[in-house]
Amino acid sequence: MAVKQYDAGVKEYRETYWMPEYTPKETDILACFKVTPQDGVPREEVAAAVAAESSTGTWTTVWTDLLTDLDYYKGRAYAIEDVPGDDTCFYAFIAYPIDLFEEGSVVNVMTSLVGNVFGFKALRALRLEDIRFPIAYVLTCNGPPQGIQVERDLLNKYGRPLLGCTIKPKLGLSAKNYGRACYEGLRGGLDFTKDDENVNSQPFMRWRHRFDFVMEAIHKAEAETGERKGHYLNVTAPTSDEMMKRAEYAKEIGAPIIMHDYITGGWAANTQLAQWCQDNGMLLHIHRAMHAVLDRNPHHGIHFRVLTKILRLSGGDHLHSGTVVGKLEGDREATLGWIDTMRDSYIKEDRSRGLFFDQDWGSMPGVLPVASGGIHVWHMPALVNIFGDDSVLQFGGGTLGHPWGNAAGAAANRVAVEACVEARNMGRELEKEGKDILTAAAKHSPELAAAMETWKEIKFEFDTVDKLDVAHK
Amino acid sequence: MSDVQDYASSLSNAASRKFETFSYLPSLSEEQTRTQIQYILDKGWNPVIEHTEPENANSHYWYMWKLPMFGETDVDNVLKEIEACKAAHPKNHIRLLGLDNFAQCAGAAMVIYRGETV
Repeated sequence: MAVKQYDAGVKEYRETYWMPEYTPKETDILACFKVTPQDGVPREEVAAAVAAESSTGTWTTVWTDLLTDLDYYKGRAYAIEDVPGDDTCFYAFIAYPIDLFEEGSVVNVMTSLVGNVFGFKALRALRLEDIRFPIAYVLTCNGPPQGIQVERDLLNKYGRPLLGCTIKPKLGLSAKNYGRACYEGLRGGLDFTKDDENVNSQPFMRWRHRFDFVMEAIHKAEAETGERKGHYLNVTAPTSDEMMKRAEYAKEIGAPIIMHDYITGGWAANTQLAQWCQDNGMLLHIHRAMHAVLDRNPHHGIHFRVLTKILRLSGGDHLHSGTVVGKLEGDREATLGWIDTMRDSYIKEDRSRGLFFDQDWGSMPGVLPVASGGIHVWHMPALVNIFGDDSVLQFGGGTLGHPWGNAAGAAANRVAVEACVEARNMGRELEKEGKDILTAAAKHSPELAAAMETWKEIKFEFDTVDKLDVAHK
Repeated sequence: MSDVQDYASSLSNAASRKFETFSYLPSLSEEQTRTQIQYILDKGWNPVIEHTEPENANSHYWYMWKLPMFGETDVDNVLKEIEACKAAHPKNHIRLLGLDNFAQCAGAAMVIYRGETV
């Protein structure tokens, strides 16, 4: 057996961490990084440096390296590919042995994969494009508290997308006025109303008053319509103790669903809350404030498809996905890629949707994508076509901005979604025939007719900043 | 204010009660019902008919009419069973579901006949 000797100094990373002959194991965690190196640094050296710095390596050889079997624990850069249409960067594929990570801890995985390496000087920029979590790792995570089917059964909602509405103005309403806004939306036909992400427990509306008034709104709207309703009570809080206190109270008063902001609130808190939700039969809605800081720059950060996988592992029943058609960023094919990643049990590699790896979720439940932000009733045909039934379509201004108020705005959206589903089931093409479908439905719904009149001119036609990498030369 | 329309819905008005999917549209015509049944069959879902007294509509479990129609491929047979259920329970709400045995969840659900709501 070859004996290794301690040889102090700085070695080239590629001697240890560049292994193009390596075949990844079924149990490896695989990552694809988009690497923009400093000028003059060879690709293999940079790829190896990323593998080293995100796993076992440091900048110099240390004697304690020899106390372990580093060849077993090290990350391996095993492939390099051109980025279509962009010569400034390349894709580096890295395999990490599963033993490098604590079971059930997205916190630990991400601390390695997007830790110090992102500030590494040999790189101009670095982006984590995708991760393949092996089924062996997936099954150590708790995942979504209930999942899509259980949510449908609990709420008796079948064969259509769910309808939600974020209460506006975002900030400044008293608890009683806020509950009024919820009640009006729910009685008009919404399934859910939602706390905005920055509604926590401010001086103008402390959380407990909000919870009490909103529950009364839910109960009355349920009695009035005979349908099951919910409101995402935001339990995001300054400490996880406080978060749990609010979650416990929501359960005590019979709320079916609560809400958390998983990036600003933190993944440890999110995983804790998701496990509690599973134990207590609560649904968990997840907001993604701060995601665009991480995922919007095409050369640096973490792609949203990775943040999607993180959430499914950490746990949540709903996750905001972008709308494709509304006011917020989101390329269509890429969005289809990550909403499949939320919902399906096995997703094949598909570069045309930005998916770099096969991903097997095994028996882990799926997450409902939530389309929210700048959408209104004219977007409904496209939304139903893009998202399908397993989704939550969420109209904030598109409900509350109705000239006759929230109940009418809610009814307009409910009529529109049902008309689109009915037409789709008949085999009609929603995006082509959308106008006819809505116009016909509006004949029986003055609320829908008024909504169509109000919003007909509004469009958001800016190009997306973060596009899929495709050749354009 | 005169052009603002009131949203007429209340606890005391039983007409305010809704029935989930398609209940915000006018009642399905027979032709529309046929196309929805065809959609369920084309998906490979198993049709099942359920009914309830209007006062018990809030329960998850309505009464199941016979058994789910496993493997049924004919729209007329489904319609026939809906009519048989209605003849036996003329005052009840009657709904049709399409059970997706892979998802273990209904893929479609719609109330076909409404009794007198309470």
